[in-house]
Amino acid sequence: MTDLAYPSAKKSDAFGKIVLRWLLYFLLGIFALYYLMPLFVMVTTSLKSLEEIRTGSLVALPREVTFDAWRTAWSGACTGIQCEGLRPYFWNSVMLAVPAVMISTFIGALNGYVVAQWRFPGANIIFSLMLFGCFIPFQVVLLPMARLLGMMGIAGTIPGLIFVHVIYGIGFTTLFFRNYYVSIPSELTKAAKVDGAGFFRIFWSIFLPLSLPIIVVTVIWQFTQIWNDFLFGVSFSQAGTQPVTVALNNIVNSTTGVKEYNVDMAAAIIAAAPTLLVYIVAGKYFIRGLTAGSVKG
Amino acid sequence: MAPILEIQNLYKNYGPVEILKDINIAIEPGDFLVLVGPSGCGKSTLLNCIAGLEPITSGKLMIDGTDMTDVSPKDRDIAMVFQSYALYPTMTVAKNITFGMKVRGVDQATQARKLDEVATQLQIEQLLHRRPGQLSGGQRQRVAMGRALVRDPKLFLFDEPLSNLDAKLRVEMRSEIKKLHQTLGATMVYVTHDQIEAMTLATKIVVLKGGVIQQIGTPAEIYNKPANLFVADFMGSPAMNLIPAKARAGGTGAQIEIARGTGAPLVLTDQNAPSLPEDVILGLRPEDIAEAGFRAGVGVQQASCLVDMVEPAGADTYVVSELGGKQVTARLHAETVATPGEMLDLSIDMSKVSYFAPETGQRLN
Ligand SMILES: Nc1ncnc2c1ncn2[C@@H]1O[C@H](COP(=O)(O)OP(=O)(O)O)[C@@H](O)[C@H]1O
Ligand SMILES: [Mg+2]
Repeated sequence: MTDLAYPSAKKSDAFGKIVLRWLLYFLLGIFALYYLMPLFVMVTTSLKSLEEIRTGSLVALPREVTFDAWRTAWSGACTGIQCEGLRPYFWNSVMLAVPAVMISTFIGALNGYVVAQWRFPGANIIFSLMLFGCFIPFQVVLLPMARLLGMMGIAGTIPGLIFVHVIYGIGFTTLFFRNYYVSIPSELTKAAKVDGAGFFRIFWSIFLPLSLPIIVVTVIWQFTQIWNDFLFGVSFSQAGTQPVTVALNNIVNSTTGVKEYNVDMAAAIIAAAPTLLVYIVAGKYFIRGLTAGSVKG
Repeated sequence: MAPILEIQNLYKNYGPVEILKDINIAIEPGDFLVLVGPSGCGKSTLLNCIAGLEPITSGKLMIDGTDMTDVSPKDRDIAMVFQSYALYPTMTVAKNITFGMKVRGVDQATQARKLDEVATQLQIEQLLHRRPGQLSGGQRQRVAMGRALVRDPKLFLFDEPLSNLDAKLRVEMRSEIKKLHQTLGATMVYVTHDQIEAMTLATKIVVLKGGVIQQIGTPAEIYNKPANLFVADFMGSPAMNLIPAKARAGGTGAQIEIARGTGAPLVLTDQNAPSLPEDVILGLRPEDIAEAGFRAGVGVQQASCLVDMVEPAGADTYVVSELGGKQVTARLHAETVATPGEMLDLSIDMSKVSYFAPETGQRLN
């Protein structure tokens, strides 16, 4: 009896496992659908004509695919009085984000290296202050920053925005690099010192080559922050230097007459595309860089 | 000859904590100085001070007669091997070894020639294009040595270079380092917590505890005449027997009385004993207790002891019995037959004995 009972118990066990597994897939599928729904609606709506949007259902696939809305969003939609689409603002964002990301990442690497490997008196205090800087709400710095930019003569310019984003980013980039570099044994620095290398030589030849994972993390983080920023963009820019997020807002809000949902959706996707792309291309390294420590000496 | 390394009244603090206290050391060219002590006693700190990687708080440190206070590590003419090897992870073995020369602007041809020499010497030619991550522990150790050797410095500094290797490799590398020292005639300062490494390698040993030098001497001096109870206990394996005893001035020399668990106390006579206080601690190496009749000489005395435990160890047999309330180990021949619970006749060589004051722990003879 026991011989017979045993495998059947095992069988029902396996059956339970399969049911559980499918339940899990089902739930995961529901959640995935839930998250993908808005994207689906955005993409399909952007490919419909206004006529079809008015008459059809929100979730229906386009009967006739047209890229007119994309064309308009890119180069014809009106942001207030101008009607040049997102294009000039998209390039503003590129010109703003690329240098700001590079500069803040580089400064963060240098700062992290100093704080982690060249323990000077007060290093901990300075690092704590920088960390504190990460958590100052944007709104608090708006007015002082506006005044500072004015005094520096870069108010309303792209370099001004770069400056703001670099300053604001240093806290986080320093934190990233510092946490990465503290796990590198200090004997490595000592060995290089005995070998005759100085501060910058050790940084260039030994620490930077080790840093690819954390550079990827920092670049993704900074790029997402800076590209998606709206508050600084709207506060410290003027006509002609606005980043793409501000222009998107203007397109969506300034349409008079009929609301062109297809253009709004296309514009939103265009504005979001670079951060998506960066994550898709480098996301694998992002996870890896966040979880992996440094290479052991 | 002028000392190549001279340290005078060196103190080192980290904040309010005194790590090294009043260190005085001098070594001659060609010396192999070993700093030995339990971990946390400040050995690495002292080595870092010599290298210039840590500033000293007060005192004087001279290399080859020049005051090193304001000299940076790269200008001290030293090379250092670290406990973790500290190889540059993204560079190949060849780049690791030549990095120092490259930084100093040595020309390519010289770099290649020196790399070749060192690689041949250490037999790492076939590893030159690998990265540290692709090497075994022993190979990394060799590369770290190579990086030091290529400098051809006045002073080699080693910080526990063998402590990350397995036992067999450790013994191999130990003798290789010793050979290297002999062929190069170089001056070396070597840090270890392993007293056997210290004994086998050193021409001069500094025993450190809690940042204070306990004793400086040749391996033989440290072994035969430990300056205090700490050194006596730390150096030597199995450790020196430290037996509480009572001393009485007798007719010829001193009568040393050792309590035994059962029966009358064991009384030994030491004709060469200095004047001793009443309470002493007797220090006796396990090999100075032998089978009766195997030792001869003025100081040799017979004693019959109750065997508590027998530990055959291949070449030797260790016999443990209780004297003065302590487990006392005797190192006997492998073929000696001893049975726990029975009496065994032993001879004790009183000419080798050390006396310590129980309160201060200092040596008395
Ligand atoms: N950078 C430092 N700051 C404060 N204390 C330190 C520092 N480095 C070492 N110490 C302390 O100094 C003592 C000696 O350390 P170390 O020289 O590394 O010992 P050893 O090498 O003999 O094991 C230890 O108690 C350690 O905690
Ligand atoms: Mg150490």
